Amino acid sequence: MKTRLLVQISYSLLMARWKQTLVAAIGVTFSITMFITLLSFMSGLNDLLDGLVINRTPHIRLYNEIQPTKKQAVELSSEYKNNHNFIHSIKPKNELQQIRNSGAIIQSLKKDNRVLGVAPKINLQVFYNVGTTDINGIINGIEVEEENRLFFFKDYVTQGNYIDLKNISNSIILGKGIADRMLVNIGDVVQITTSKGERVPMKVVGFFQSGLQEIDKIQSYTNITTAQKLLGESNAYVTDLQIKLKDLKQAPFLAKEFASMYDVEAIDIQTANAQFETGSSVRSLISYAVGITLLIVSGFGIYNILNMMIYEKMDSIAILKATGFSGRDVKKIFIGIALSIGVFGGLLGLFFGFGLSFIIDNIPFNTAALPTIKTYPINYNPKFYIIGTIFSILTTYFAGYFPSKKASKVDPVVIIRGK
Amino acid sequence: MAMKILEAQNIIKYFHDPVSVQVLKNINFSVTQGEFISIIGKSGCGKSTLLYILSTMDTDYEGMLYIEGKSMKKLKEAELACVRNEKIGFVFQFHYLLNEFNVLQNVMLPGLKLAKYNKQEVEHRAFEKLKILGIEKEVYKHPNQLSGGQKQRVAIARALINDPIIIMGDEPTGNLDKKNSEIVFDIFKQLSEEFNQTLLIVTHDNEFAARTHRIIEMEDGIILKKD
Repeated sequence: MKTRLLVQISYSLLMARWKQTLVAAIGVTFSITMFITLLSFMSGLNDLLDGLVINRTPHIRLYNEIQPTKKQAVELSSEYKNNHNFIHSIKPKNELQQIRNSGAIIQSLKKDNRVLGVAPKINLQVFYNVGTTDINGIINGIEVEEENRLFFFKDYVTQGNYIDLKNISNSIILGKGIADRMLVNIGDVVQITTSKGERVPMKVVGFFQSGLQEIDKIQSYTNITTAQKLLGESNAYVTDLQIKLKDLKQAPFLAKEFASMYDVEAIDIQTANAQFETGSSVRSLISYAVGITLLIVSGFGIYNILNMMIYEKMDSIAILKATGFSGRDVKKIFIGIALSIGVFGGLLGLFFGFGLSFIIDNIPFNTAALPTIKTYPINYNPKFYIIGTIFSILTTYFAGYFPSKKASKVDPVVIIRGK
Repeated sequence: MAMKILEAQNIIKYFHDPVSVQVLKNINFSVTQGEFISIIGKSGCGKSTLLYILSTMDTDYEGMLYIEGKSMKKLKEAELACVRNEKIGFVFQFHYLLNEFNVLQNVMLPGLKLAKYNKQEVEHRAFEKLKILGIEKEVYKHPNQLSGGQKQRVAIARALINDPIIIMGDEPTGNLDKKNSEIVFDIFKQLSEEFNQTLLIVTHDNEFAARTHRIIEMEDGIILKKD
């Protein structure tokens, strides 16, 4: 009953100055709209750029690096224990790049419930033969279906069908860059020379575009068994194991564990792509800063309007207090006004923010670098809407708090005597 | 013997700005139920100051104030607000009606605040009070559509809404012409005689005061004559 009366008084005071309050509410609406749009757009862009790397990069990569033995035999020998070893520039012994016992490692990783999946890969140094010229390149031998499940391979195959790689023997999906240089089309046959000097014809079944031009100029994909065949190795030959985890954050920790458990080198995504993390967080920070600044500015607008309203309504405040409304009641009335501006403006802002995001989401955005993107990216994360609501209420509350406090301190005797 | 509804004991008041001046010097007096009292005196003699202390709005004084036998000295701001709401009705020189509300709502506000009756009952009572004051035809108008005399009558209706034990007036006819002053005085008189309403009116209109039951004359912060 009592609260309802205060709400009714707030409403009447608000309506008596509806143009002013509307301007204040529009200020809040505008800032919330921009806050939502800015964050949705920025975060959409972040996701897109992160996706470029994170979707395609294994969370942990296991590989075998050819390097000289760390402890040389002579250092282990007790006979020469007190002697100085001056042999330097030691070379690695003839060792294959392959991961030993890869089959067993894959089996064991697949049983690990922290692991989402494992895709084996073979890295193959080749030359693409274009007439008499040879172009340097790398062919990745992949397990097509697993690669697609874990790293969305299909998204990057812009022409042709990715599954043909598995179904057609001696087939290849060329990087868009290299394909353009070789002037080939789907269905053509290209000549490849392996590092061992063998020349192999391969059928082009598609083109892929990663968005990173340097990669598209060099890399191509083939089936893992074809790659093994090119190298003349058995079907146990694998140079890389790409692991995708259920929780990305565990990667650095698990990388160490796997490295010691399987006696291989392991690199986690955070170490390999530190710069992307930094870029994303700085971009979000900037958008939050801009959004919150807008809100604070609109808060000052509300503060001004309430201050003016209180000067205008001095008489009303005095008589309310004279007829039995306490300082707290008066404070509630004015905070009520501020909050209704905030809530009304804020809700409208959420609505417009969604609308503006939706419009941006439908603006065509075609770029050669990003084949899967057709429109500007937007992230409709409800988190932004919740933060927007909380901030609009908080800023209007504080903008209303100080003028309301002043109103509650009005001494009716001073006002009434002054007449 | 009628009940003492308001009693002031040794009220002393200073103004400190710009220099300390004692405006009220040891004021003692009491009001009993049903009295129609006027306080007169020259400008600056402290009569309005006394009224604001008696009304509990001014709390910066020495001495004791009892309303219905209860000391007002130790009460908090919100409790004093409740006392004003329930026990005291005010009529000022200026009407102080809220322009955002119509006449009926203005009269109802203190009643709704008290919340002793529900909204329909408060509305009904507001109609009754407005009828006593002869302005029941103007209930849905806004204060800025009324004449000065009508506004003051609405203010009186607002003072009456909670059936206060006392009505305090600070020069309620000060802003009105002869005819409207007459109407307001008649209303006070009617309230006093028909409804046995206690009234305490500050005025500098001697003619007005002469027609009240009891005159308190003040000069330089002291009461000269209490009748």
